[in-house]
Amino acid sequence: MATFFDINLFALFGQLLIGLINGSFYALLALGLAIIFGLLKIINFSQGALYMLGAFAAWIGLNYLGISYWWALVLVPLAVGAFGILMERVLIRPIANEDHLYSLLLTFGIALILQGLFSHGFGSSGLSYPMPEELRGGTRLSFMYLPNYRAWIIVFSLLVCASTWFMIEKTRLGAYLRAGTENPQLMKAFGINVPLLVTLTYGFGVGLAGLAGVLAAPVYTVSPDMGANILIVVFAIVVIGGMGSIGGAILTGLAMGIVEGLTKYFYPEASNTVIFLVMVLVLLVKPAGLFGKEA
Amino acid sequence: MKLMFKTAAATALIAAAGMAHGNLSDDKVKIGVLTDMGGVYSDITGQGSVEAVQMAVDDFGGEVLGKPIEVVGADTQLKPDIGSTIARQWIESEQVDVINGAVASSVTGAVTKLMSDAGKITLIAAPASHAFTTKGCSPYNAHWSYDVVSLANGTVKPMVEAGKNRWFFITADYGFGHSLESVATGVIEANGGEVVGAVRAPLATTDFSSYILQAQASGADVIALANTGSDMVNALKTAAEFGVTEMAEVAGLLVFTPNAQALDPAIAGGMKLTTGFYWDMDDQTREWSKRYMARMDGTIPSMAQAGAYSSTMHYLKAVEAAGTDESDAVMAKMKETPVEDFFSRNGYLRMDGRMVHDMLQVRIKTAAERSNPNDIFEIEKVIKGEDAFLKLEDGGCEFALNHQ
Repeated sequence: MATFFDINLFALFGQLLIGLINGSFYALLALGLAIIFGLLKIINFSQGALYMLGAFAAWIGLNYLGISYWWALVLVPLAVGAFGILMERVLIRPIANEDHLYSLLLTFGIALILQGLFSHGFGSSGLSYPMPEELRGGTRLSFMYLPNYRAWIIVFSLLVCASTWFMIEKTRLGAYLRAGTENPQLMKAFGINVPLLVTLTYGFGVGLAGLAGVLAAPVYTVSPDMGANILIVVFAIVVIGGMGSIGGAILTGLAMGIVEGLTKYFYPEASNTVIFLVMVLVLLVKPAGLFGKEA
Repeated sequence: MKLMFKTAAATALIAAAGMAHGNLSDDKVKIGVLTDMGGVYSDITGQGSVEAVQMAVDDFGGEVLGKPIEVVGADTQLKPDIGSTIARQWIESEQVDVINGAVASSVTGAVTKLMSDAGKITLIAAPASHAFTTKGCSPYNAHWSYDVVSLANGTVKPMVEAGKNRWFFITADYGFGHSLESVATGVIEANGGEVVGAVRAPLATTDFSSYILQAQASGADVIALANTGSDMVNALKTAAEFGVTEMAEVAGLLVFTPNAQALDPAIAGGMKLTTGFYWDMDDQTREWSKRYMARMDGTIPSMAQAGAYSSTMHYLKAVEAAGTDESDAVMAKMKETPVEDFFSRNGYLRMDGRMVHDMLQVRIKTAAERSNPNDIFEIEKVIKGEDAFLKLEDGGCEFALNHQ
């Protein structure tokens, strides 16, 4: 193909930026998964459904309760987090000591139920969430037109990712958390309430999915299967980054956004496969993932 | 696990007594509705299609030739293997006489093949591919609501004629998208336009911004969306977000009413499209649609659901007129009787199985023009069936060509 090497540099910049935007989405979702797995050893297959729940919560808030986008950004993660806490206490806790497969199946079941409920209640065609007034319009860069909302997604999600990473890796609270999951008995002996810590961590990880859902609502269709579509990709990202590696999940999320963006430019048909191809290659070379610690 | 469900055993019980003057294969007519109950096309078809068929049966009186009519429904999950397994079970052990539905061209392809081999009729109300009445035609197919050719003729042709010459396609990367793109390309080139680029986006792509940028860079006058459902909605939303709609026109080639309702009128208002049916066209469509909406919690019918009713009604009338449910006799009656009801205007079932009827060219209303959430289309033009659909001679349907 002659056009293959005839790359328009401006177009390429545009695709890189778009990739970065999608990547920051992936990073946010992968971060929640990585926290839950890294600290709690729960393979949370309901993360996609909770992302969907976040988007629907924003929509319901706006249409029935008059909650604006900005308030939704604060309230929805809390609500989804609270739902996650309830889920952890009532459903996940009783099987905490069983094999990982049980929590995987349980959370997968919860995801299917949530998806079915919303599909029943709101139909499968999707709903539209209006763009917040303050973020409409865009800026004309030399190589592309950048909608303000997309710029907002990058800035906001990178901020959330960075502060979460900092909190877990660099603060005292984060140290407790990591220690609590490493050796719960010893931490209990030091007087730390480990079960509470676990519940809050799960709630936080799930809240991140809810937050991503609110961020996605104005740009994508709010539909019951929006989570199922993205979950598998996000899982692949966590695996590439190294299961449980917080920084790895963030960096891989961004990188895979870019890889996917470039694929959409050069060979769109492969765009939903390319991340899995990378996953296979990485697993062959580094079975623990790019940033994972070898067991 | 999704199990088969029966919707209307009750109807069967109503007609306990009845004079046996007809010649029915097993003392009843059983209609199977194959549809998508929980997937991406469940709003367009799904329970609404089952309800529409049941409504036709109820309106017909619940019995034909003195024998009960029964409706059963099943979910194909949009998988051809599941669709054909159910269809086989229906005709082999459950005495199903006719199948209505089978959404997604891929499933329909598998089901119509099986039905034709068994000499049974398939009423095709939802799928888009024109294969069922051209290369893949059969004496037992009746393709109802619309097809890709009528969409391209209705939407693409007037735009090219109005001077929109340069086209870029964003196409769903599977059979339906490809056939829609190739048929539309034919229409564009025949009218002096050119296709300046195309991307094939995998089904259920979340983010279309990359494709929209490519479309923008191509300098096209029109960005044609050869996809449907949430893919179409997402692509259009992204086009508006990136300011593309100010420079180029976006044409949604297959837009069903639930999709149009899912779109922000600020973005979609003014977009032109082609449909086989609109609930608010005239008194006749409104009367039927209101009765449908009363059964479906106020949801307006899509063209696939209205077509499911119309095709079922036409089938039942043909059974009555033929005095039998034997497929060849019924199909002959269906083809010789004009199809004139709330759904179909100037309609007739052609020898190749194409139900030729008037199509509607509509425009999505802006927020200011809408009086209620169901008020979404403004009808701009009625396209004569002969102008909308492919001619029989050009379709390459062997048995129909030989028949003439």
